[in-house]
Amino acid sequence: MIMNNNNNLQDENMLSIRDLSIQFGGLRAVDSLSMKIKKGQLYGLIGPNGAGKTTVFNLLTGVYRPTEGSIYLDGNDITGKSTAAVNRAGIARTFQNIRLFGELSVLDNVKCGLHNNYSYSTLSGILRLPKYYRVEKEMNDKGMELLSVFGLDSDANTLAGNLPYGAQRKLEIARAMATNPKLLLLDEPAAGMNPNETKELMETIYFIREKFSLTVLLIEHDMKLVSGICEELTVLNFGQELAQGKTSDVLNNPEVIKAYLGD
Amino acid sequence: MKMSLSKFSKSTVNMIQTLLGLALTYIVITIVSMTGNLSHSMTNILAQLCIYAIIAVGLNLCVGFLGELSLGHAGFMSVGAFVSATFTHAAADAIPSIYARFFIAMILGVLAASLAGFLIGIPVLRLNGDYLAIVTLAFGEIIKGLLNVFYVGKDDNGLHMSFVQDNSKDLGENGKMIINGAKGIMGTPHVTTFTISMALLMICLVVVTFLVDSRTGRAIQAIRDNRIAAESIGIDITKYKMIGFVISAGIAGIAGVLYSHYLSTTTASKFDFNMSILILVFVVLGGLGNFRGSILAAVILTLLPELLRGLSNYRMLIYSILLIGLMLFNWAPAAIEWRARYAPKLLKLFRKDK
Amino acid sequence: MSFVSYLIAGISLGSIYAIMALGYTMVYGIAKMLNFAHGDVIMVGSYVVFYGVNSYGLPPVVSIVISVILCTILGVVIEKVAYKPLRKAASLAVLITAIGVSYLLENLALLFFGSDSKAFPDVLGFPTISLAGGKLSIPGMTIFTIVVCIIIMVGLMIFIKRTRAGQAMLAVSEDKDAAALMGVNVNGTISLTFAIGSGLAAIAGVLLCSQYHVLNPYTGALPGIKAFTAAVFGGIGSIPGAFVGGLLLGIIEDLSSAYISSQLANAIVFAVLIIVLLVKPTGLFGHQIREKV
Repeated sequence: MIMNNNNNLQDENMLSIRDLSIQFGGLRAVDSLSMKIKKGQLYGLIGPNGAGKTTVFNLLTGVYRPTEGSIYLDGNDITGKSTAAVNRAGIARTFQNIRLFGELSVLDNVKCGLHNNYSYSTLSGILRLPKYYRVEKEMNDKGMELLSVFGLDSDANTLAGNLPYGAQRKLEIARAMATNPKLLLLDEPAAGMNPNETKELMETIYFIREKFSLTVLLIEHDMKLVSGICEELTVLNFGQELAQGKTSDVLNNPEVIKAYLGD
Repeated sequence: MKMSLSKFSKSTVNMIQTLLGLALTYIVITIVSMTGNLSHSMTNILAQLCIYAIIAVGLNLCVGFLGELSLGHAGFMSVGAFVSATFTHAAADAIPSIYARFFIAMILGVLAASLAGFLIGIPVLRLNGDYLAIVTLAFGEIIKGLLNVFYVGKDDNGLHMSFVQDNSKDLGENGKMIINGAKGIMGTPHVTTFTISMALLMICLVVVTFLVDSRTGRAIQAIRDNRIAAESIGIDITKYKMIGFVISAGIAGIAGVLYSHYLSTTTASKFDFNMSILILVFVVLGGLGNFRGSILAAVILTLLPELLRGLSNYRMLIYSILLIGLMLFNWAPAAIEWRARYAPKLLKLFRKDK
Repeated sequence: MSFVSYLIAGISLGSIYAIMALGYTMVYGIAKMLNFAHGDVIMVGSYVVFYGVNSYGLPPVVSIVISVILCTILGVVIEKVAYKPLRKAASLAVLITAIGVSYLLENLALLFFGSDSKAFPDVLGFPTISLAGGKLSIPGMTIFTIVVCIIIMVGLMIFIKRTRAGQAMLAVSEDKDAAALMGVNVNGTISLTFAIGSGLAAIAGVLLCSQYHVLNPYTGALPGIKAFTAAVFGGIGSIPGAFVGGLLLGIIEDLSSAYISSQLANAIVFAVLIIVLLVKPTGLFGHQIREKV
C-alpha cells in the first residue's frame, strides 16, 4: 500500500476509481469506468437493469477482484483488498437483496456492525470479566443510539428476520453505519418502499450524512429519489459510462433518456 | 429502554434454568442412590448420560451456531480419550495421585482435541459448503485407522511407540502395553463419576452460553446467518469460524477424556461414524441452537433403548425417520409456511429459542 | 510383475469409484447438494441383483436391468420426497436430511435382508486372462469394469454435449433461476439427474460386489464416501474430473494397501482428500468451470 502523504495528492476526493474493468468469461461487465466522488458528496450511480451497477459495488467492496484499474479511498489504494479489509478501510454497504442476520435481534445486528470498533477477547466473554460488561454496555448504548436515528429503537429486541420490509432496509443502513464508515454504498435503498417511506428515507440519508460527515454513493431506480438528493451522477450502460456530471445535466442528456426509454 | 429492564439476557436466563434443573436432578439422584434404591445399571449409565450430553452440547455449538456440519466429533472425542488415557497410564509412577493425574490428563486431552480441530479447520474453514462435513468425516476415519495400528508400550526405559508393527515383544523389564493397536487401551482407572461428569456438563453449558452471548458469539452467528454481509461489516470469517470450531472440538475432547476414564477398555472403533451420527441425532432432535434441547435429547435417546429393549432392532430406523421428518418439518419452506398459517401453537414448541 | 497386477486392481477399483463419483458429481453440480444416500442406493441395487439371481433364478443381465430400473425409481423418489421440499432451505438442512436418508436405507436393508454378509456370486462369470506366460493374470471382471466405466463416461459426455436434456442440465448447473426463465424444466432436469446417478449406482453396485463378493447393509456406505472424495479430488461438478479422481483414488488405495498397510489404506485415501483441499480446493479439473455439469 502506498501512503500518499504528499500534499497535492491528498485531494478532496473520498473515492477515485480509475479505468476499472472486470471480465466474466466473454463478458466485460464493467468496462474502463472512472469516477471521482468528493468528500461529503451524495453521488448516484444509475442505469438500466443489467448495466453493471451492483458489479461496481462488488468491485469496490472486494467481493470481486477487478481485472484492470484501481480504487483509491481517501488517498489510499484499496484495489484487490478483501471485503473485510475494505470495510476496515472505511467502506460500508447495503445490499439490493437484503442481507440481515435474520436469527439475531435488531440490536445484535447493529452490534455486529460495531464489532471492530469495540473489542474484548473471546476469553473475557466466556469468563465474563469486567471488561465484558463494560464494553457490552458501551456497545448497547452506541447501538441504541444508532437505532434511534433510524427509528428502530423500539424494535431492538425483535428478530431482524421478523421486521417488516422497510424496517429491514433501514436496519441494513444502521448496521453499515455501525462500522463507522467514511463512504457508504447504498444499493437501491428505496426498492419496495412506498412514496412516504421513500421520502422519510431521503431525510434519513441527508441526516446521517450531516451527522457523521459521510460520503454516500447510491444505486437507485427511483428517479425522484435520485433527482431529489444526488448532487452528481454517473450513468452506466452495458458496463460503460454513458454520462457523468451534475444531476440535472445528466438527467436531461438525450443519450441517457434514450438508454432509459429504449429506442 | 426495554434493554435495561432485565439484567440478564434471555440466553443467560435459559442457562440458569437449565443449570438449576441439572442441579436438582443431581440432588434427587444422589439421594435416591444413597437410600439404595437405584439399580446398578442405572448408576452405571448416569455418567454416560452426562458424557453424551456434553458432546451433544459441543456439536450443537458447531452445527447450530457455526452453521457447519461436523461428522467427525467422534474423532475429536477419540483424540481426547486416547491422549488422556495414555497419560494416565504413562504417568502412573511419576504422579501417584489418580485425581492429579486425571486433572492433567483432562487438560492434555482437551488441548489435543482442540489442536486436532485447529488442524482440520485450516484446510476447510476457508471453503464454503459441505466440505467441512466430508473432511471431518474423513478425519474421523483417519484417526480411527491410525489408532488401530498404533502401539505404545512402557518399560523401565520409558515409552516406546510403534506404527503398524506390534512392539509388545520388544519391551524390556516390567514392560506393559498402553495402547495395543486395535485392542486399544485396557485397564484405565475408573475415575469418571456421575459427579465429575455432571460438573463438567454444567461448566460446558456455561462456557458455550457465555460464548454465544458475546462479541465472538455474535460474529459466529452473523457468519452463519449471512456470510457475505458479515464480511461486508469487517468480520474476519476464517478467524471466527475457527474459534467456534476449535471450542466445539475441545468440548468433544472433554467428553472423550471422561469416556476413556469411564470405560475399562478404550478402542478406536468405539468412536466411529455411527457415534458421530448418534450425536447429530441428539442435536437435531433437541433443536439446532438449543443447548438445553441437546442435553434432554441425549438423555432421553440414551435411556429410551435401555427402557424399551424390545425396540432395539428398530432404534436406528426410528432415529433416521425422526431425522428426516424433523428436518423437513423445521426447514422446508412449505412446512414453515404451513406452520405459520395453521399452527401458531406448534410454532412456539418447535422454534429454536435461545 | 506384482506391481502391475496391483496397479490393474487399483484401476479396476478406481473405475468403480469413478462410476459412483459420476453420480455424486452430477447431483452436486446440478442440485448443489451432497447426496449422502448415493452409496446406499448402490447397496440396494446390489441386493436386487443378489436376490434376482439367487432367489428368483433370473439371468444376471435381467437382474441387472431390473436393478437399474428400481434404483432409478428409488433415486427419483428420494429426491422428490426428501430433498425437493428443502431446495430453498439452508444447505445444512439438506445435508442432514441426506444423512437421514442414508441411515434409513441402511436400517431398512438391515430389517429386510438381515445383518449377515451375503456371498455375492460372480454373476457375470468372466474368465481370468493370463498374460506374460502365466506370470500376470488379470480377472476378466477387472477388464470389464474398466471398459464399462469408460463407456459410461464417454456416453455421459456425449449426452450432455449433444442432447437437449444434457444442455438443460448444463443450464441448471450454471444458474437454476436463469434456466427456469429460459424455459428449462428445472424440476424435470433435477429428477433426470437423480435418475441417471442412481441408475449408475446400480451398475456400480454390481461391479463392486462382483469383485469383492461381500454384500451387507453397509456395503455402499464407505465406498460411497470414498467416491465422493474422488469427485472432490477430480473437481466437483466435472465429469472427466470424477473419472480421473476415481481412478487415482482407486490406485492410491490399492497400492497403499499393498505396500504400506492394508489397515491404513482408508486413512491414506482420506488424507489425500485433506491434502487436495489444502493445496487445490477446486480439485484437479475444478478450474474448468465451463465443463461443469
